[in-house]
Amino acid sequence: MKEYLMGNGAIALGAMAAGVNLVAGYPGTPSSEIIETLSKYPHEGLHLEWSVNEKAALEVAAAAAYSGARAMVTMKQVGLNVASDPLMSLAYVGVKGGMVIVSADDPGPISSQTEQDTRRFADFCRIPVFDPATPEEAYVMIQDAFEYSEKYSTPVLFRPTTRVCHAYASIDVEDIYKPREYEGFVKDSKRWVIFPRLSYINHGNIEKRNVSIAEDLSSYGFNSVACPAAKKAIVASGVSYSYVKECLKGNTDVRLIRVATAFPFPESFMLEALKGADEVLCFEELSPYIEEQILKLSGRHKLAIEVRGKLDGEVPHNGELSVEIVAKILKEYLGEDIGLEQIDVSDSPGLPVRPPVLCAGCPHRGSFYAVKRAMQGKKAYFCGDIGCYTLGNAMPLDMVDTCLCMGAGITMAQGLDHVNEDATSFAFVGDSTFFASGITGVINAVYNEADMILCVLDNSTTAMTGHQPHPGTGKNMMGNIVDKVDIEKVLRGIGVKTVMTVDPLDLKKSVEAVKDCASLKGVKAIIFKSPCIAIAKPSGKCCVDSEKCINCKKCIREIGCPALAGTEKGVSIDMDLCTGCGLCEQICPVEAIRDLEGSRS
Amino acid sequence: MNKDILICGVGGQGTVLASKIIASAAMEEKKTVHSAETIGMAQRGGSVTSHVRIGESYSPLIPHGSADLLLAFEPGEAVRNIKYLKKDGVVIVNTVPTDPVGASSEDNSYDASVMTDYLLKKCKCIFVNSEEVCKEFGSSKFFNIVILGIATGADVLGVSFDTVQDQLTKRIPQKFLEINKKAFMKGYEIGSNAQI
Ligand code: SF4
Ligand code: SF4
Repeated sequence: MKEYLMGNGAIALGAMAAGVNLVAGYPGTPSSEIIETLSKYPHEGLHLEWSVNEKAALEVAAAAAYSGARAMVTMKQVGLNVASDPLMSLAYVGVKGGMVIVSADDPGPISSQTEQDTRRFADFCRIPVFDPATPEEAYVMIQDAFEYSEKYSTPVLFRPTTRVCHAYASIDVEDIYKPREYEGFVKDSKRWVIFPRLSYINHGNIEKRNVSIAEDLSSYGFNSVACPAAKKAIVASGVSYSYVKECLKGNTDVRLIRVATAFPFPESFMLEALKGADEVLCFEELSPYIEEQILKLSGRHKLAIEVRGKLDGEVPHNGELSVEIVAKILKEYLGEDIGLEQIDVSDSPGLPVRPPVLCAGCPHRGSFYAVKRAMQGKKAYFCGDIGCYTLGNAMPLDMVDTCLCMGAGITMAQGLDHVNEDATSFAFVGDSTFFASGITGVINAVYNEADMILCVLDNSTTAMTGHQPHPGTGKNMMGNIVDKVDIEKVLRGIGVKTVMTVDPLDLKKSVEAVKDCASLKGVKAIIFKSPCIAIAKPSGKCCVDSEKCINCKKCIREIGCPALAGTEKGVSIDMDLCTGCGLCEQICPVEAIRDLEGSRS
Repeated sequence: MNKDILICGVGGQGTVLASKIIASAAMEEKKTVHSAETIGMAQRGGSVTSHVRIGESYSPLIPHGSADLLLAFEPGEAVRNIKYLKKDGVVIVNTVPTDPVGASSEDNSYDASVMTDYLLKKCKCIFVNSEEVCKEFGSSKFFNIVILGIATGADVLGVSFDTVQDQLTKRIPQKFLEINKKAFMKGYEIGSNAQI
């Protein structure tokens, strides 16, 4: 049947066509829709889970693959850092059933902390990597990835980028999901228990094997060359290949080489593809990986070829590529104009800047504001974390002083505390992040006697990545209702003596809780509990009594809710946006804001 | 024939549904379609775009200077994105601005007429006031369907009235279908009478 699928959907259904038996992952833009798609199609016989983090997901999947089952793990690129501990070792041990690790890169970066390149990770772990350029390719290539994984008994990386993950195409997919049959786990401690001796032997074998894989991949269909006689060559990979094709529409006098498998580098393919070329220009996002491989190759084989790309400064190192960037560089390279005629926008008027903000009615706004109010005039540091609540950094809240990686806020608050005695350290962490990598940090604080206040912003979902369930929500991806892991009990269990739970939309109580905690020594925790407004039904609407409003704009200045707008006559509330959270009501000094009559059920 | 359509607005305005309807309508007419969406942080009130490409194409994003049609849910966003438009392309734009959220509204609000004047200088435009046209439906949330109606009425969408209407029936829950169809018809009339 034909389906209109996002690249991530294509990966999901491609894996199903490959009969995948187990899929685990942790949400992260741009990878989250893979598991979400799987859950929407009939998948009886498939074990599907959001794991607590990427390391857990990879280990769960590895053991399934040891058992001969086909397993897939999904994450964003920084998730691979978390999963790198098991992955490095797994690369030595290998697998039995096919195992594919999807790590979605995010050039730009558009929704990430780093511009790291998963292809480098593949090289680092010495395992193959596949790099699709379109959703259509992703559907086919993910199936190939399983084949290669099984053929060489190695985990395989699959690296789409944001523009492939979030592009849609119409794809012919298998109608029925048939899970693979597999043998089950067979004990063999010489194979499945990693020891220095095993790693030594396997290291040698892996390097030999990679030479064979490189040979094998040299005839892989997605490594291709067009117009092989031309003197000028272009090499492209991933979505950059699509950009180059868009630019070259109709132009056939340039040699276009596409590399879909950066590691193990398909050397014989490339040697053949470059034969007779004088120059080669490389288009790839993130790192100059292929460019470096070609340089190595030309050194070893003494090729008389000029290699151009990022390393000579022609192609930018940072940010994503685009048709426009590629067209500009190609114009220089080919000496012909390939761009499109454009409207002149050099005289464009100044445009409003629109940084992302917390939704109207988002409970995080109340949590941040309560802490801000309680600590007014006192020295305090606010360590943020990864999630919607990173947006607490925006004005007027301005409540995020540091943000590094998942779970880091909790531990960084401790570091700040140990060397800045005169200030109170706060850590803000979301519920999903708390489960993913927050708990160990809290244990560290208790054990090492930090003075800090942990604020768990518990909105009962993983909001930023599209509202996935987690251990605290009582639902899992098998569609089952399960026991909720109770954050308050967890905190008490690991030794936090002061734990308070408050409603962040109750400003007075929240401020009091913060003040109480700030007067105590040791590790204290406040759980600000209120559901994400994007999934909860709004409680009603608020409105401004224009007779009473003195137009001081305190509500706007203090909390910056997007539903509040200033007019000459006074503040007004956008009824389409307001959720009736009531926070502004509690801030107005003249009680001009009230519930809209009849809006509360 | 190839047709590139860029939809732009501010996170939360319903641009994604509009792009899905266009894409599936084009597929219904047996055309090749590709599209791409903004997903992630920007959905929280930032600038968002959807790119719909009907016909053979390679890049998931529309190249600058290639869009036949720009559906702009916000005047400032229209200006931000006209670089995508072809020289003889058409812009259908909502004239009601969405002020960026900020500390105090005075220094952040902007004059929508500066934007609309600029657009008028640069390309063929159809202006609509979302608040006025949506008044009878009780919420500006129906603007995404109205704008599809306008594009269909002005015959610049590249898909027919019937296919778009079929898609509404397929994609919109029964409960809201009637009102959405009205919104579509309202747009269709505006589009049919528009001079471009
Ligand atoms: S009640 Fe006030 S703060 Fe809450 S969503 Fe409505 S306008 Fe925003
Ligand atoms: S999606 Fe939920 S958590 Fe994220 S900003 Fe909106 S209300 Fe807040």
